[in-house]
Amino acid sequence: MKIAVTSTGKDLSSDLDPRFGRTSHFLIVDAETLEFEAVENRQNMELPQGAGIQASKTVVDRGVKAVITGNCGPKAFKVLQQAGIQVLTGERGTVQEMIEKYKAGALKALASANVDRHWV
Amino acid sequence: MKIAIASGKGGTGKTTVATNLAAALHRPVTLADCDVEAPNAHLFLKTTLDWSRPAYAFVPEVDLNRCDGCGECHEICRFSGITVMAGMVMTFPEMCHGCKGCMMVCPTRAIREGKRTLGEIKRGTAGQIELHYGLLRVGEAMAPPLIRQVKAQIDGDRDIPVIIDAPPGTSCPAIEAVRDADYVVLVTEPTPFGLNDLVLAAEAVRTLKIRAGLVINRADSGDDGVRRYAEESGLPILMEIPNRREIAVAYARGRLMIDAIPSFQQRFCDLYERIAEEIEGVKV
Repeated sequence: MKIAVTSTGKDLSSDLDPRFGRTSHFLIVDAETLEFEAVENRQNMELPQGAGIQASKTVVDRGVKAVITGNCGPKAFKVLQQAGIQVLTGERGTVQEMIEKYKAGALKALASANVDRHWV
Repeated sequence: MKIAIASGKGGTGKTTVATNLAAALHRPVTLADCDVEAPNAHLFLKTTLDWSRPAYAFVPEVDLNRCDGCGECHEICRFSGITVMAGMVMTFPEMCHGCKGCMMVCPTRAIREGKRTLGEIKRGTAGQIELHYGLLRVGEAMAPPLIRQVKAQIDGDRDIPVIIDAPPGTSCPAIEAVRDADYVVLVTEPTPFGLNDLVLAAEAVRTLKIRAGLVINRADSGDDGVRRYAEESGLPILMEIPNRREIAVAYARGRLMIDAIPSFQQRFCDLYERIAEEIEGVKV
């Protein structure tokens, strides 16, 4: 099962990036084998608006079943929810720690967006 | 003749200049209050409301029976107003800028013209002044389409002066308000804040290739930075309004400056003549 983790870098030892839409990278991780793909998100970091929607598309198109991030805004949450993707929030730690916590059931699933939308 | 009253900084006196200029002329004038987030010209002019009607913007409405999830609408949309993921289309009306690109590119004609309420447009009259203004719906983020609809009410064929009261700043709403003006009056105050935002506004107006001049409000306060900038950049100073308590009192009571201090009547007429000369000057 594939999980997307918002990440400050390109490997499993990178820290969780608390931003969803404007995260630095997504690590698309296979929870069982820990094989992963790093997806840069630079084009979304510079978007004035709609970064959450674009980022959601990035993870939905890669067929993930869950997203681990810090904060998720209303539009991104709407897209992820419609696509049947669970949104979980982690606090501090590396991507690998997030995957371990996820497997141990220690992460909180969001029932709604936990931050407000951004307008420039 | 279309004169836009603009400023970088808010609260410098745009509406004061626009309303007093309109009222001082004693002739038919069209005034468009394009500050749709906080229109207030009607408060000073004491207009009677002729009509008010809702204003809408285009948003895509998708017929899910026709949509095959091809994603072309997503590809053309720069604002994520419509997106397709895992073969499923979703719209975000609040992101839509209303270009209808999605409707044009949809190969299955699944997108229909929907609408969302932007706010209201209104027309009022006070003596010889015809006032058009808009009121953006609370929560609506996109002022420019509403400003366009307010400006569309102006009858450009009639040979009467048009005064545009622009919103502050240099972003899309301010640009939309001033873009087709013959002349821009930049209202500023002689403070470091006033100067900082004046420079931004003057550069924006220059980019639009519109001639501009300055009105310095509260002219006897602050420092000489604005005047030095005016001289260096060749912006003419059209009028200076002193920092007088009577003016502030009149403003706070919703009165026009020209009613509170009658000598300003002539000064606003002079301002109009000066602007007309500046516009002529460029045509010759």
